[in-house]
Amino acid sequence: MKTLAELQAIKDKMQGKVSLREGSGEKRVVVGMATCGIAAGARPVLNAFVEQVNEQGLAGSVTVTQTGCIGICQYEPVVEVFEAGQEKVTYVKMTADKVARVVEEHLKGGTPVAEFTIGNYKA
Amino acid sequence: MIRAHVLICGGTGCTSSGSNAIQQAFAENIEKCGLTEEVKVVQTGCFGLCALGPVVIVHPDGTFYSRVEADDVKEIVSEHLLKGRIVERLVYNDTGAETPVDGNVSLNDTAFYKTQNRVVLRNCGVIDPESIDEYIAMDGYAALGKVLTEMTPDDVIKTITDSGLRGRGGGGFPTGRKWALTAPNKAPQKYVVCNADEGDPGAFMDRSVLEGDPHCLVEAMTIAGYAIGATQGFVYVRAEYPIAVARLQIAIDQAREYGLLGKNIFGSGFDFDLHIRLGAGAFVCGEETALMTSIEGNRGEPRPRPPYPAIKGLFGMPTVENNVETFANVPQIILRGAEWFASMGTEKSKGTKVFALGGKIKNTGLVEIPMGTTLREIIDDIGGGIPNGKNFKAAQTGGPSGGCIPASLIDTPVDYDNLTAIGCMMGSGGLIVMDEDTCMVDMAKFFLEFTVDESCGKCTPCRVGTKRLLEKLDKITQGKGTLEDIDELEALCYYIKENSLCGLGQTAPNPVLSTLKFFRDEYVAHVVDKKCPAGVCKDLLTYVIDQDKCIGCGMCAKACPASAITRTEYVAPGHKLASFAIDADKCVKCGACVGTCKFKAISKQ
Repeated sequence: MKTLAELQAIKDKMQGKVSLREGSGEKRVVVGMATCGIAAGARPVLNAFVEQVNEQGLAGSVTVTQTGCIGICQYEPVVEVFEAGQEKVTYVKMTADKVARVVEEHLKGGTPVAEFTIGNYKA
Repeated sequence: MIRAHVLICGGTGCTSSGSNAIQQAFAENIEKCGLTEEVKVVQTGCFGLCALGPVVIVHPDGTFYSRVEADDVKEIVSEHLLKGRIVERLVYNDTGAETPVDGNVSLNDTAFYKTQNRVVLRNCGVIDPESIDEYIAMDGYAALGKVLTEMTPDDVIKTITDSGLRGRGGGGFPTGRKWALTAPNKAPQKYVVCNADEGDPGAFMDRSVLEGDPHCLVEAMTIAGYAIGATQGFVYVRAEYPIAVARLQIAIDQAREYGLLGKNIFGSGFDFDLHIRLGAGAFVCGEETALMTSIEGNRGEPRPRPPYPAIKGLFGMPTVENNVETFANVPQIILRGAEWFASMGTEKSKGTKVFALGGKIKNTGLVEIPMGTTLREIIDDIGGGIPNGKNFKAAQTGGPSGGCIPASLIDTPVDYDNLTAIGCMMGSGGLIVMDEDTCMVDMAKFFLEFTVDESCGKCTPCRVGTKRLLEKLDKITQGKGTLEDIDELEALCYYIKENSLCGLGQTAPNPVLSTLKFFRDEYVAHVVDKKCPAGVCKDLLTYVIDQDKCIGCGMCAKACPASAITRTEYVAPGHKLASFAIDADKCVKCGACVGTCKFKAISKQ
């Protein structure tokens, strides 16, 4: 290594890999991963979130994590998005394909994707 | 794509409580559950809460699992990592209660971590110490890059001077001034030496930095080399730190491979290389001149100063020597500025200090706090207080060179000058907490035994003087002392302080002097009343059975290894069996009987 640019390149490459440990994301995406969630296909959803959040360079502001059963097993896979000062948004019957819109419109754009939320299904 | 990191402490403490087996178990179970692509296992340096080891942290939630055993790993993997359900029974309960917590407790939410301000330890327990890339991700080597491309050596020295950084190894000499004294001296070769010969009993902050963030030291020493015009560095570390030595060597090799050590670093024309020298663990080799003599290949004995190392140090060349913790502050000061560093701490003691908390305290481990934090905060808030409802008696700082802080001074803000003012010493940062069951004379004796063992023998005041001190203390703890002995003890202390060649001898009497200052009545009780108030000194103790409380069950007699307990003919009113009594001549004062008595009839007097 002979230049600062090379050092910076290593830093940029690695930063996404260690930022996970800081846990300081302003937004938290929580995927329900109990037996019901896994059976309904939560794993591809979780992985899609992790991949796309990183691809979009949101790793510093969004934390993707998992939780157990939240009690609405018929709506699994359930994904909740928490943000300080905002009401919790609950997405239901998620698929890996739906993830791209949530990342783009909600996590990046700030507007929840209303048609995927639980309110829409109950209505 | 990795979505979770499992950080397993690989410090010496957790390694000895089995963290390697846990890491192995995680690898196996993660593979079994098909999570290899999603979960990464990282071995890190020390998290600080060594009493709770082995420690495992699961990110992104930061869940803090303590006292994990290999059998628990399967549950953590299948419940937490696979199904997202936190294993509550293993989560550290911050309140100190033994009951499981409800939900997640993040490491950073615990009282132990919340009050800390981690500068030196910022990467310990966060990054993989064997990965230079992870260090770079945490701004590693950015300070070196800044120094070599934007700053002159004088700028670097000025920044360190302005920050107010003082030596963390004991004396507290201003680091910037040390560098400034060395830089102008012309010589064919200059050296940067790191003193990693951490020898105080109970102190392990330098070891934790070496184990948890070795690249930080490599970077800082290279910066120091640039500042003073040295091209060669040595790290003198004791051979009994095998993990630290191995990780430091890995760090040096990685830095060489990346061109961060060697010729023409960052194309600046500056050359610097680093080597490890192993010490055999002699306490005196922590003294700077003895350390350099040892690196030169000679027997580790101190030499008189002046000339100071700045003029004539290692191999007779100008040398800067700092300890590990001092160096570990340097990259952060360069990156974040002198003002940032100077904003922490007190007027004359800037920044933070790492303490190794030990003794009678709940949270044994490593803490880093701003200078000027009171002893009360350290012990009660961070340390979790004294176990078993006992009362705080004193804290010993600075190991065998330091003194004690009595309970009456518990609100003293801890910094260099306050500690010196009360006859104590910051030392390298060992902080041993003592409760009411500690005898201060016995404690002074313990440290004197250490210095007598470790005195190199070169100068008479230390070699003979400390031996005489120990004999006097022995006499006092055996109940054979007189008031004159106490006066002679004190006079001898001052003589040794004034006449010893090096810091070891000059500070060796400190434990005696400071206990004499604050606990003279305990010395007097030993010689006049022939009693040890704390009930520690065996020769002054007698174990007695209260004849009226004794129901005659005989449990104590069974436990006595010396057959000193026999049945009497006395039957207490209301009891059916004759009571027992201890034969003081046969009693070896082991105390084994006390715990066996359910009726609390046995006491020591």
